[in-house]
Amino acid sequence: MENTKSSATLVKQPARKPIWRARRLEAGAFYLFVAPWVIGFVLFTVIPMGISLYLSFTRWNVLTAPQWIGLDNYTRMFTKDPDFYQSLKVTIIFTIVSVPLRLIVSLFLAILLDQATHAVGFFRTAFYIPSIVASVAAAVLWQWIFNPRFGPINGLLNSLGIDGPQWFNDPNYALPALIIMSVWGVGGEMLIFLAGLKGISRSLYEAAEVDGASRLTRFRKITLPMLSPTIFFNLLLSMIGAFQTFDAAFVISTARSGQIGAPSKSTLFYLLHLYQEGFSFLNMGYASALAWVLFIIILTVAVVINRSSKSWVFYADGAD
Amino acid sequence: MASDARPAQALPLPIRQASQMRDKRAGNRLRKGLVYVLLTFFSGLFLFPLFWMITTALKPDSQIFVWPPVWVPNPVQWDNFRVALTNPQLPFGRYFINTLIIEAGILSGRLISCTLVAYGFARLRAPGKSLLFTLMLATLMLPSAAILIPQYILFNNIGWVGSFLPLIVPAWFGEAYAIFLIRQFFLALPGELEEAARIDGANRIQILIRVIVPISMPVLAVITILTFKDTWNEFLRPLLYLSKSSNYTVAVGVAYFNGQNDVKLNLLMAASVAMLLPIVILFMFAQRAFVEGISLTGIKG
Repeated sequence: MENTKSSATLVKQPARKPIWRARRLEAGAFYLFVAPWVIGFVLFTVIPMGISLYLSFTRWNVLTAPQWIGLDNYTRMFTKDPDFYQSLKVTIIFTIVSVPLRLIVSLFLAILLDQATHAVGFFRTAFYIPSIVASVAAAVLWQWIFNPRFGPINGLLNSLGIDGPQWFNDPNYALPALIIMSVWGVGGEMLIFLAGLKGISRSLYEAAEVDGASRLTRFRKITLPMLSPTIFFNLLLSMIGAFQTFDAAFVISTARSGQIGAPSKSTLFYLLHLYQEGFSFLNMGYASALAWVLFIIILTVAVVINRSSKSWVFYADGAD
Repeated sequence: MASDARPAQALPLPIRQASQMRDKRAGNRLRKGLVYVLLTFFSGLFLFPLFWMITTALKPDSQIFVWPPVWVPNPVQWDNFRVALTNPQLPFGRYFINTLIIEAGILSGRLISCTLVAYGFARLRAPGKSLLFTLMLATLMLPSAAILIPQYILFNNIGWVGSFLPLIVPAWFGEAYAIFLIRQFFLALPGELEEAARIDGANRIQILIRVIVPISMPVLAVITILTFKDTWNEFLRPLLYLSKSSNYTVAVGVAYFNGQNDVKLNLLMAASVAMLLPIVILFMFAQRAFVEGISLTGIKG
């Protein structure tokens, strides 16, 4: 007994060393394989963010050396820059209106598609295609759609006896026009919802039907909870996207008057303000401070949504 | 069964059920009809702007600013495309080539780097791996606007502003979403093929290139298509980095076209149609990859 035991350990021991070396070799290989991402992450994310944090405490116009000014950029932002508040207001209004609107429309379209049995491919394509249209081309197109005199929207309103608004020429209507336009691009979210709907087991609905649950009850008690992880995902991503709106507002406002955020700064999104400070006025220090504040805002919103998700997002098996 | 026990109720029950079912079937048909009415209405609404764009692009000048609108241009003026795309001030031919060069640089970089990184995360064990993976997924939430300025400063310092390099080079260092998708695909592959190749003495790179990549074409196609689309449509970074007119991408070109004084609307629409045509054609040919790629996004939210 004693003998066999020790011989067993004897046999094992020489085998252990190569395993150790194999482990270390494997770890080395792992770090070689993931090196591109690690290097890129440090080079293009960590270092730039560190630099911009430093710059946010300086005054810098690119041409001369940065000059340390402490918290001046931040105090200027919160006390002396009306454009900061204006851009925050525009961005928040856009986000609060367009994000839920997009969620509702994309979920509604996905539910309709989920019920259909014929020509599903056609309808799916029709809803999805607008979302792959480049934001620049979409902006150019919707300017024409919202043309106050010859655009189809005001044409339709006119034939109904309504005097249509001036849309992109009117500070009160430019932002609503951008919101309507953003709903046109919900195809991606719709596809994600559709995949989520297809993933709900039919047996749940059948069981509820046997129990006599109405259609509305089934929607509220089965569809919504089962879909809540997908809703959470879409909500988070479109929130982050909405806070960074740039393309359409930039293309439309600069084309109309050459002025970023026109008319009367009614479409001065946060990122447009940042762009203007950084690249038109070369206030790189101030623009860096703006970028950090935006980063903190988005981070806070993401954390809040994430926290709240514990009370409304339902994970079917806990494992996922 | 219950009807056997209580014969008094045996008769009305089936009748009630039958009439309920008839009601239900009629209700179902009505509901189905409503679904198609709504689908038709909304798909019309979603397609109308595109129709409006195309019909405007083909109109002679005189038929644009009229109401009621001319739905089908007469004559159909295909020449608008030639005029719009050969404007000497905005040479769109050049812009298409520029965009394709950037596409090639970004696509090759992203495919190669993301495949390597994804293989590491999928198949190799090492201390710190799960931490790195979590960190990588966290960057998906990072607003790109936050690093816009410092990245610009970085590329400005090394003299790359004005060239395609600031757009292409970062793509050679992986991208979290693509890495994640490829890794998921690799994890689902059976290990036996790799074992066989390992026994034959192949090293990891050889296994990756000869065994794994050939059977991973579905996921690589998804990455290719989504990357191609995003690069084609990207506006802000090309606007920042491509300061010379001869370097513009199509997106920047269309934006400048839009900003010109007294621009002709039919020509502007023609340029926009030309811009989205490659993406729409790509979508038509690779619809499945598009739909799968987008749907995959939501699965592991």
